[in-house]
Amino acid sequence: MYRYDEYDHAIVQARVAQFRDQTRRHLEGSLSDDEFRPLRLQNGLYIQRHAPMLRIAVPYGLLASRQLRKLADITRRFDRGVGHFSTRQNLQLNWIKLEEAPDVLAELASVEMHAIQTSGNCIRNITTDQFAGVAPDEIADPRPWAEVLRQWSTFHPEFAWLPRKFKIGISGTTEDRAAIRMHDIGLQIVKNDAGEIGFTVYVGGGLGRTPLIARKVRAFLPWQHVLSYCEAILRVYNRYGRRDNPYKARIKILVKTLGTEEFTRQVDAEWAHLKEGTSTLTEAEVQRIACQFAPHPYETLPADDAGYQTQLRDEKAFSRWVERNVHPHRVSGYAAVTLSLKKPGVAPGDASDAQLDAAADLADRYSFGEARVTHQQNLVLADVRQRDLHALWLEARTLGFATPNIGLLTDMICCPGGDFCSLANAKSIPIAAAINERFADLDYLHDIGELELNISGCMNSCGHHHLAAIGILGVDKSGQEWYQITLGGQQGNNARIGEVIGRSFAAKDVPDVIERLIDTYIANRYDEERFLDTYARIGLQPFRDAAYPATTTGNAAKERTYA
Amino acid sequence: MPEQLIQGRQLADNRWTTLTIADDAGDTNLAHVAVPAGAVIIPAPLWLAQRAALIAREGEIGVSLASTFEVETLAADIAHFSLIAVEFPKFVDGRGYSTARLLRERYGYTGELRAVGDIGRDQLFYLSRVGFTSFLIPDGRDAAAALQSFNDFPEVYQSGVDQALPLFRRRAA
Ligand code: SF4
Repeated sequence: MYRYDEYDHAIVQARVAQFRDQTRRHLEGSLSDDEFRPLRLQNGLYIQRHAPMLRIAVPYGLLASRQLRKLADITRRFDRGVGHFSTRQNLQLNWIKLEEAPDVLAELASVEMHAIQTSGNCIRNITTDQFAGVAPDEIADPRPWAEVLRQWSTFHPEFAWLPRKFKIGISGTTEDRAAIRMHDIGLQIVKNDAGEIGFTVYVGGGLGRTPLIARKVRAFLPWQHVLSYCEAILRVYNRYGRRDNPYKARIKILVKTLGTEEFTRQVDAEWAHLKEGTSTLTEAEVQRIACQFAPHPYETLPADDAGYQTQLRDEKAFSRWVERNVHPHRVSGYAAVTLSLKKPGVAPGDASDAQLDAAADLADRYSFGEARVTHQQNLVLADVRQRDLHALWLEARTLGFATPNIGLLTDMICCPGGDFCSLANAKSIPIAAAINERFADLDYLHDIGELELNISGCMNSCGHHHLAAIGILGVDKSGQEWYQITLGGQQGNNARIGEVIGRSFAAKDVPDVIERLIDTYIANRYDEERFLDTYARIGLQPFRDAAYPATTTGNAAKERTYA
Repeated sequence: MPEQLIQGRQLADNRWTTLTIADDAGDTNLAHVAVPAGAVIIPAPLWLAQRAALIAREGEIGVSLASTFEVETLAADIAHFSLIAVEFPKFVDGRGYSTARLLRERYGYTGELRAVGDIGRDQLFYLSRVGFTSFLIPDGRDAAAALQSFNDFPEVYQSGVDQALPLFRRRAA
């Protein structure tokens, strides 16, 4: 993975000193709340329900074991022993003291980490596919490009005070696993006929109050120009994005208002001036960075390990785990493994300090000392020998990492919600817990099959509920917590926003409603159909009828005003 | 602490007067506004309204650009200004950063470029990177202490008006 050189170190350390000084001035009273707020946000520090929440950047989701250990240490010493992995592949700590935040940043800097631009109206952490570099269907490794973009976007002087936050996602595979069309800029790595690398550029995706899928603005952008082209997009946005209303300030609204064609014209006009400038990337720089993501020294192994085949045949629990939590690898005899952070009794994405340490040990012993964070809020060991899978599974089980539920209903994405987040309309963690309890039976869960269920505590949509087969959104109905359900959302190449099923539900009814929706699917599915396939075939109505059994017919439900 | 100018990375006297005009003044009014003698900063719309007369005027003239002002409008006039001020109604309004780069990098403006409005110590580093050379620190903020912030970072990744080459081109060298 990328290692800092003297320049990177100096820049990150200067930031720690700068923030220490800003915090001191704020605590002394010479920097008002209003002046300090945007500054602390650009260091990932929110003031939440209980204490400041610190969002630590995990650039493109990649962590070395020594970084995981440092995170465990910070979680133990400065927090209450639990970290929360977010859908942006970052780690959030909910109990940091403001006075200690500069010390935490200094600790992070010692292992080449930071909280720079993890919040605020600036360019945020660049995200990508958790299987980058090992995925069999990869066109090119997205991580070197993500690192190039990380450096370019870090303290970019022109784009620190944008109308709103700005997220860039990048995918290196044919099947997009990084939800790039939900980003302000989505970059899809492609090769042209001459075999040269470039990017298909999408702009203007995003969730929130007005969920929109990004539009394609350029089919093939040669790699040399990725920085200048992003700069052109950002400049048009910085100048013309709306600043009068935060709900209309994302670039998606600008793209929508101008229309894709006019927006693209403006970007191209700007780019014409920037294109051949000094930001044009050089082969030398791309090589310098790419060689730090070179493949690990893999052993030459057979595609099928005999011992592993026996274990698969003999142990149902193991084979069930393999079926869900083990993923193909481009190198023969290796596999990628998801360590599930979803299990009954624990908020999705939460990891204790002990688990963080344990994950570091597993990474060292099984996966070249590296782990990844997924946007589904799990951890991945990307380079495990097939013949080690059984031993790893046994260890993961004792550590609470082995719930065999990846891609299934209980592998929920869930935002911190009303328990922690001051913006929430409703709690999300207890809803996740109730659903988890209802679907705890593994046979039932596996029979239901692939199904994404996401929960957000408010319209800010941090839990990506729009993109789930079943989405749950906390809404406020005259001061009470209610939940709206959407169906049919999906990520990836065929990204779609879910449809609202009808009026919202009280918390206590949510598990029942989910169960009725699942029953409807099971009653209607053909053979191997996934929930989404059945939904696409039979439509919303049968699900609506099931969700509101007492009051249906569906039209009655449909005509009510949605909460 | 009264309003204080920073120029050349030190505290400086402000030799310019600023002519302000109420927001609701229409074009007709602008044509009749008297521009005083001496080094004066006038709103860009006033410049556009009295352009010919002001070009003929003796003495230095500066223009002030509202954050919404499209700098392209002045592209042909840049050479007439000894000072261009860019207004920051709130420090989180970042439009002026793009305006500054356009003035420097696209329109070749080389005179004094001044940041005015809601700015302070924690904005100076970025402001200086995009081409601002003077900073009018508003009443109540500590301009002397702000001087330190020009050295907040020892290195920068991107090119800017202050640094023609991005770090990757210098790293490789
Ligand atoms: S979706 Fe709303 S409640 Fe949940 S974390 Fe985001 S802002 Fe907070």
